[in-house]
Amino acid sequence: MKNNPISIIGSRKTKQISETIAHKIFVICAFFAVLSVASITVYMIINGTPALTKVGILELLFGSDWSPTAANPGYGILYVILTSIIGTAFAILIGVPIGVLTAVFLSDVAPKKLAAIVKPAVELLAGIPSVIYGLLGIMILNPLMYRLELAIFKDSATHQFTGGSNLISAVLVLAVMILPTVINISEASLRAVPEHLKAASLAVGASKIQTIFKVQIPAAKSGIITAVVLGVGRAIGEAMAISLVAGSAVNFPLPFNSVRFLTTAIVSEMGYAADTHREVLFTIGLVLFAFIMIINIILTRILKKGNKNDD
Amino acid sequence: MALCLTAVLTFGLAACSTNTGSTLPSKSTTQTTQSTIQTSGAALSGKITMAGSTSMEKLSNALAEAFMEENRGVTVTAEFTGSSAGIESLLAGSVDIGNASRKLKNSEAGSGAVENIVAIDGIAVVVNPNNSVQDLTQEQLTSIYKGEITNWSELGGSDEPIVVVGREAGSGTRGAFEEILKIQDACKYALELDSTGTVVAKVASTAGAIGYVSLDMVDDTVTALKLDGVEAAAGQIKAGDYFLARPFVMATKGEISEQSELVQAIFEYIYSDAGTELIESIGLIAYEK
Amino acid sequence: MTDLSIMKKNKRIPEQLVYLLIYTSAAISVLLLAGIIGYVFIKGIGAVNWGFLTNVTSVLKGTTGIAGNIVNTLYIISITLLIAAPAGIGSAIYLNEYAKPGKLVRLIEFTTETLAGIPSILFGLFGMVFFGTTLGLGYSILTGSLTLTLMILPLITRNTQEALKTVPESYRNGALGLGTTKWYMIRTILLPSAMPGIITGIILAVGRIVGESAALLFTAGSGYYLPQSGQLIHKIFESGGTLSVQLYLSMSKGQYDIAFGIAAVLLMIVLIINFMTKLLSRKFDVSRKK
Repeated sequence: MKNNPISIIGSRKTKQISETIAHKIFVICAFFAVLSVASITVYMIINGTPALTKVGILELLFGSDWSPTAANPGYGILYVILTSIIGTAFAILIGVPIGVLTAVFLSDVAPKKLAAIVKPAVELLAGIPSVIYGLLGIMILNPLMYRLELAIFKDSATHQFTGGSNLISAVLVLAVMILPTVINISEASLRAVPEHLKAASLAVGASKIQTIFKVQIPAAKSGIITAVVLGVGRAIGEAMAISLVAGSAVNFPLPFNSVRFLTTAIVSEMGYAADTHREVLFTIGLVLFAFIMIINIILTRILKKGNKNDD
Repeated sequence: MALCLTAVLTFGLAACSTNTGSTLPSKSTTQTTQSTIQTSGAALSGKITMAGSTSMEKLSNALAEAFMEENRGVTVTAEFTGSSAGIESLLAGSVDIGNASRKLKNSEAGSGAVENIVAIDGIAVVVNPNNSVQDLTQEQLTSIYKGEITNWSELGGSDEPIVVVGREAGSGTRGAFEEILKIQDACKYALELDSTGTVVAKVASTAGAIGYVSLDMVDDTVTALKLDGVEAAAGQIKAGDYFLARPFVMATKGEISEQSELVQAIFEYIYSDAGTELIESIGLIAYEK
Repeated sequence: MTDLSIMKKNKRIPEQLVYLLIYTSAAISVLLLAGIIGYVFIKGIGAVNWGFLTNVTSVLKGTTGIAGNIVNTLYIISITLLIAAPAGIGSAIYLNEYAKPGKLVRLIEFTTETLAGIPSILFGLFGMVFFGTTLGLGYSILTGSLTLTLMILPLITRNTQEALKTVPESYRNGALGLGTTKWYMIRTILLPSAMPGIITGIILAVGRIVGESAALLFTAGSGYYLPQSGQLIHKIFESGGTLSVQLYLSMSKGQYDIAFGIAAVLLMIVLIINFMTKLLSRKFDVSRKK
């Protein structure tokens, strides 16, 4: 088995060569992934930092005047950052509770037949292209918002009317978009909770609801947090679905204002190559990148901490 | 999967060839004039890339189609990223032709972009069809965009807030509009949309909206206003009565004579009679070179 | 009826409230999601006919159709898979079969996970500047494919790894025991067994590619002409707008009938992909049970 294996193909030499070649190819493949992430990160940093020094970190990140083509250009993206934070936060606040409760419904409360129909439907919806959500937002949400806007701000002297493209529309579209993701993953983790935990709780005399909320959900915590993390990731990174429903002026993120997110800012300005303008664009990308990293790290940290407490 | 791919590709090719079968009757006469111009040398092949103004989308697409039909081996593609972005791409060397719906800036010309005007276009100011206001004076228009007038009732219309729609910062249409009205950096937009088509869509669906678009994009979903009593139409623009007019520029890096054979050919086409016919059939005004 | 619960009795009333909340949430979710599918199909089916699917939008001829976009989508899927599938599968094979667990493997897995979390618009930005401008590919299907490769690499790697993990160790040991070399064993035993799982991963990747628009808008562009005969390979270097990109563009221009037509077509593609994935995973499970 060592020096002269009774090999079933070819001679020993060719097999050695093909073995090493195969091995080397696989190593290259694996490093491809590392290389990609490395190059994207490096590229973002290299292209995103010049603007920070040129325009100044304070003015860039905390300035609110966005007028890149004015005679005296202003590159303050504070409102854009705030919009992304607030918009995502509200989308999560609306989407996650509905999603988790629906997952509870699917895994424990619904009759088997109903669950068998609804669950595949939700899985299907996780795969719908995001632009379709945007399309529906324009067709249904915007006109609705406009009517609301007209009604609420009827006598306002200062409100600038946007025809329905505002923060609320974007938040609602985002909330609907993250529903399938949150539902699917939460449901899977709720279902994965060992039967004996549920049985024990019911045996002790807790009602079904108490079992669900005091036993099952805590047991499924890591899965649910994963679902939330993925939902946040999707919401903060979404560009196309909200680019047409959010309006596109750079304003403070009030519900009925036309706003710009970090992502929609990139989409709107992507065509430009004008030096500082283009560099600021990369800085916006870098900020987005940083946010995602931070969110991932924080939430994974909470996850680990939670797990430790369970032990 | 591979079978599927080959099936649809061959089917696509079949569809491609059937599409070329039907040509407009008026083209046959111009085709003979074209073929006499191009008797020199082998058939053209290669690709031409354009990028830039969204207002010039109709012109670019029509030009591309007409040129590709005459020259089977050539592919002409156009991206619509906005006038400033188009000129940037041109200067960066990513495309052969940069489309701009405004005159070139000094900085752009200084970097080597040559302004080749191919047509004159009007900027139509459009409102929602339900709007009773039919015309505005130049001062009223300026006031609306500066945010001084905020309700249609101040202009004789119904009690409806004005939704001020405009284009993004690099838009040629916006540049021309603001330059002509002398309100650069003074506009208060509620929405800054990415293309002429988007503005049309927004105005059509929002009562009380007002926006500026390329004249050839006006359809029956919106109403074009009369400005100072002058209708937005090709005749009035040609006569110089309608004051919101701007050139369509197909810029090249360096003179046309310095470009590749393909690019020279397409410019030759657009300045020819066939080209003029094409331009006017879309609703633009041909430029007398 | 005495309630033997040792929990406080007054919990009963809030409980009905909780049930109400659960049912309401579920109803909202289901109605929303059913409504989306229904609305898109109702509004879109009207636009989808043979002409729509086989014509190319032409200003001169006055036709509208998405044939060009369909062909572009097929091109992008093929080219992306051509690059990403070998790379992803190779990565997974390395991670699962060759690499010794340790810092290196964790680094690779960490970076793969990170790639999976980056929003598509950042890929689009990177792709446009790196592949499009720096490498000089401009707006082309190749640029789009390279960008998409980066995006779906984690997906394929992860799915292949899962598939490889489910192949029992006995298969590997048996083969090696007989005297085969590693690569031979992978080639003839491992990959065929893991194939359904790998294919599932690839189909999911196709679904992701079809639905992607942010990463393609500024990399693959928006061209919609059919490739001329003899230009099939050359088409890779030309701009091509996929179905999703065209949907976005039509939507922003207010051409809602075209938009809904494309949406309906996309929805059908998603349905088919979902169905195929379900079918394959069922086949996968059945073979596992042996």
